[in-house]
This record gives sequence, C-alpha cells and structure tokens, in this order.
Amino acid sequence: MALEAIKLSEEEMLAKAKDLRKNIIKMTTEAGSGHPTSSLSAVEIVTGLYFGGHLRLDPENPADPDRDRFILSKGHAVPVLYAAMAERGFFPVEETMSLRKLGSPFEGHPNLKRMPGIEASTGSLGQGLSIGVGQALGLRLDGKDSNVYVMIGDGEMGEGQVWEAIAAAAKYKLGNLVAIIDQNGYQQTGATKDVLDLTPFADKIAPFGWHTQTINGNDLGEALGALEKADAVTDQPSLIVSQTQKGFGILPVLETTGDLNYHGKPLSSELAEKALAHLG
Amino acid sequence: MAIGELSGYQMGQATRDAFGEALADLGDEFPNVVTVDGDVGNSTRTEPFAEKYPERGFNVGIAESNMVSVAGGLAGTGKIPVVASFACFLLNNAFDQIRMSVAFPEQNVKLVGSHAGISIGEDGPSQMGIEDVSLACSLPNVSVMVPADGVSAKKATRAMVGHQGPTYLRLGRPKVPALYDESVHFQIGKAITLKDGSDATIIANGIMVSIAADAAKMLEDEGVNTRVIDMHTVKPVDRAAVVAAAKETGCIIVAEEHLHHGGLGAAVAQVVSEEHPVPMGYVNVGDCYAESGDPMGLLEKYGLTAENIVSTVKAVKSR
Ligand SMILES: Cc1ncc(C[n+]2csc(CCOP(=O)(O)OP(=O)(O)O)c2C)c(N)n1
Ligand SMILES: [Mg+2]
Repeated sequence: MALEAIKLSEEEMLAKAKDLRKNIIKMTTEAGSGHPTSSLSAVEIVTGLYFGGHLRLDPENPADPDRDRFILSKGHAVPVLYAAMAERGFFPVEETMSLRKLGSPFEGHPNLKRMPGIEASTGSLGQGLSIGVGQALGLRLDGKDSNVYVMIGDGEMGEGQVWEAIAAAAKYKLGNLVAIIDQNGYQQTGATKDVLDLTPFADKIAPFGWHTQTINGNDLGEALGALEKADAVTDQPSLIVSQTQKGFGILPVLETTGDLNYHGKPLSSELAEKALAHLG
Repeated sequence: MAIGELSGYQMGQATRDAFGEALADLGDEFPNVVTVDGDVGNSTRTEPFAEKYPERGFNVGIAESNMVSVAGGLAGTGKIPVVASFACFLLNNAFDQIRMSVAFPEQNVKLVGSHAGISIGEDGPSQMGIEDVSLACSLPNVSVMVPADGVSAKKATRAMVGHQGPTYLRLGRPKVPALYDESVHFQIGKAITLKDGSDATIIANGIMVSIAADAAKMLEDEGVNTRVIDMHTVKPVDRAAVVAAAKETGCIIVAEEHLHHGGLGAAVAQVVSEEHPVPMGYVNVGDCYAESGDPMGLLEKYGLTAENIVSTVKAVKSR
C-alpha cells in the first residue's frame, strides 16, 4: 500500500457521514461517557478530509513521512476521529466499541503514544494549532508538499495560545496549514456568545494575514468546496470557519431533552436508539 | 468491595461537591469572595456560588492563564478570588501566571483544582492532574491542601477562605467514604490522626486516606498495629506529626494519588531525613501517565490499593 487520498462520490460521502454519526453515538453510549455532540458537529468536515480527496494516508504505514496530517485540537471530540479512522481502514469499526475502557487504546482523548495515525495528543484545549504550526514548518523545511489540518473548537478559541499560533502561522506564511474552527455555538458551560464571544472569527483572523472562508459546515458540499479552496491557497495559512450545530444529525432527539448543548455526556440507551432511528 | 468499606466507612460526598456546597454557604459571611472560572464551573462546583451571587462569579472562558492573572488582579483590590479549574489545566496550563500573579506577589488567591488524580477515570490522562501537588508545592508562599472526605473538604474550604495568602486546594471527582463528622478539627498544617498505632505509620491524603484505613484494618488482622495519618496539608507539612510517627512507629509509608516525585512522599521524606531517619516506602502513581478506564480499575492497575499498601508496609518493616 502507498499513500492515497481517497475520494468518494458525494453520495458515498453522505453515507459515510451517516455511518460516522451512528458509530459516534454507539461508542459513547457503550462507553457510558464522552462527548457525542462535540463529535457530531464536526462530521462533515472530517468526512471531507478523510474521504473527499484531502488526507493522503496509508493505514498500513501510518507514520509515512510524506503523509498529510489532521490534528484534532478539540480532543474531546475524538469519537469522530476514531470513527473516520476506522472507516479509512486503520482498525476494524468494532474495536472502537472499546472506547474509554481500561486497556483500550481508544482513550477518552487522542493519545499518539497508543495509537498510530493520531498526530497529536490533545485534550488540554488550545495547543493543537501551535503543534500544527510546528509540523507545517518542519514539513516545509523538508521540502514536502504535505498539508496540516487542525480542527479547533469555538470555545477553545478563548485560549490565548491559539491566537499566538495564528500570528506565528501568518508570520511564516504557512500555505500548508489549514485551520478549521468548528463553530457549533456552544462550549461546556453554555452558549459561546454568552461565555466568551470571539465572533466574527473570519473578520478577526483575516487581518493577521490568513485566507478565510465562512461556511455552513454541516453542508457536505460546502465543506468539500471550502477544503478544496483552502488546499489551493499556498502563500498564506487558511482558515475555514465551519458554522455547525452541536449534535447535528440528531437535533430533534436532543430537543426532547431540553439541552441543545448536551456537552460531555453520552446518550442513554433509549435516547441512543431514538437517535439511531432518526438517522435511519 | 468499595473503598473504606473494610474499615467501616459509608460512601460519602465527592470532595468537589463538598467544596461547592461550602463555598456557596460562606458567601454572605465573606462578602469579598468571588469566583473566577474557565468554562468548567459545573465540573469544579463553583457553579452554585456563581448562581447564588451572579455579580461575584466571573467565567472568563477557556483561558486558564488569563483566568489566574485576573484572579491576581482581583486580589489586588482586596477581593478573595477562588479560581477553579481541573487541577491539570490550572496548575499546568497557568503555572507561570500562578508564579508571577499569585505566589511571588503573595496575592490572596485561592487556587482550586478539581479532577485531581487518576480516579477521574474514562476521560483519560490528558485530564488527570497528577503533577499538580508537586507544582504547587514548588512555589514559595503557597499552602497546599488535599482533603480526604466531604466534611474535611468543607472545613478546608472555609479555612482556605479565612487564611491570608495564596493556597491550593486539590479536589477529586468520585465520591469518597465519609471519614469524619462535624466535630473534626481541621486546621491548615495540622495532620489528623485517623487511627493510632505503634508498629508502622501510613501517611496519606485525598482518596488514599480511606484506602490506607482499609490497609490498616488488614494489617491489624495480621497483628501489625498501624497508625494512619491524614496529612491533608502537604505544605506546610505537619513536621511534628511526621517526627512523632518516625520515632514512635519506626517506619513510614506514604500513600498519595500523585506522581512519585514532588508530592506528599517527598515532603514527608524531607522531614524524616532531616529529623529522624527511618525506613520509608511509597504508594503512588509512580513515574508515568495513566490511561482511560473506570476509576476503580485504574486505582487497581496503578497500585493504589489497600493490598499494595499492606505489602509495602511489610516490605518496609522488614528492612
Ligand atoms: C485547557 C482546557 N480547559 C478546559 C477544558 C475542559 N473542557 C473540555 S471540552 C470544553 C468545552 C469546549 O468547547 P468547544 O471548544 O466549543 O468545543 P465543543 O465541545 O463545543 O465542540 C471544556 C471547557 C479542557 N479540556 N482543556
Ligand atoms: Mg463549541
């Protein structure tokens, strides 16, 4: 096997997105803890990265030095990453059911020491973009054409370090770096506009020297288009403000709970069943 | 069997829950108390205070370094800021801010770290504060407390707010056995002897006190009369209690839910080596990061068990 960016048809990708959503719900409910809604908002972008012709990977050789890299800075959303990696052939889907169990490498947050294919150990918010800047600098130094993609939470944008990384990426004109803000509107203790409102992200970050796009990130077509454009930008770092909904795909089920953030808790088995039925 | 059961304790409150109740209760008495949060007040349990006194609760978002220096500023205006996050994000993420905005200027800031230790379970090592006591103890002027149960956590909360100067209060996520009733005397820097004994001493704090009590019970059945000391204050450590234990029982085993270096074990060993050297042993997380898993399974896998304390006591006694 060699490095390959898999590109499915949009129809196939929509099916993949649904599979990812189902697996996210199943594995977190089985684990009895975790962050399903934080994972669900990110599904379209992650599907686009893994199956829309972007991440050049080799599951047989996850450490291939020429690979592209995806860093999930909002590490608590790792079920979406495990689900995508499973579909991409890194491990059988069934193994993800050991999420968060003692002895399982499917830890509650990404741990690169225990799982080949994980590009950064995250879980302390705010550090992923800086790690991405370092990887992008290193790859460029080696003359590689690999890209680095980093997904950040909108609440996570409160960390000062993210803004330090934004400045550094612009300074070094990192055209091989793409940041995606999963703007799902919520963080742990409430709506991001109430806790710490840093919107509009694009208007704030563009003046640093970034290329920016703002999209509906739960629309697969828009996600694919934005990733395409971001890849084409090679003289400056690129930002995709991915406006999403936390828990997208199962919102009517969450509505019945009266909690549209539903942060950091799994669905009960009954709710999970309803959510899976809703996804169809 | 649940921890503490062997020694006859009932399961009680998590120390974070006790802290949250106590803090909300003392808001009228201490009108200068304010809270500073980093988007985790519902986890650290500052939320009840912030809901009761909305104008005195500040949630600055996911921004721990800013949070700590803001607390330093509030203290500079005479407020008593209680600044809380997960132990790891507070101590590790904002360490220089704690140093420069709190410890060095000796600001009256109350640092509170919840979710300490590996017993947080499934969230895994990135969320486990296991270096926090070492980091906090390394700072001049900072008192460091690790209460073992709900009642002592409440009393520690009150003592912390009443104390003039920077403090660090370490709290756990899971429920722990109720060791004390309201009559217990809690004073910063003064250890509590949970059980007296003459053949060996286990000095512990946090969740390990209940586990040490179980170990003492097991040792008792084997004829080893073991003293159990709840060293809820790591800094300043109760030197008199340590020296007495060394002199009267001849050996000391330190049990804590923390890395081997820089925590309670190190604090006790310094006193022992300075004042009355005796054989010592340690039960702690060692020198590694743990993993995701269920809390009890993790305690077992990483050796934080009564059985391991028992065998450590025996090994140390036979030296
Ligand atoms: C440095 C740090 N502080 C606090 C936390 C606790 N925490 C975990 S998830 C979360 C909210 C994240 O919100 P956001 O970035 O918007 O991600 P979402 O869950 O909405 O996708 C918080 C505060 C953390 N993991 N790291
Ligand atoms: Mg969010």
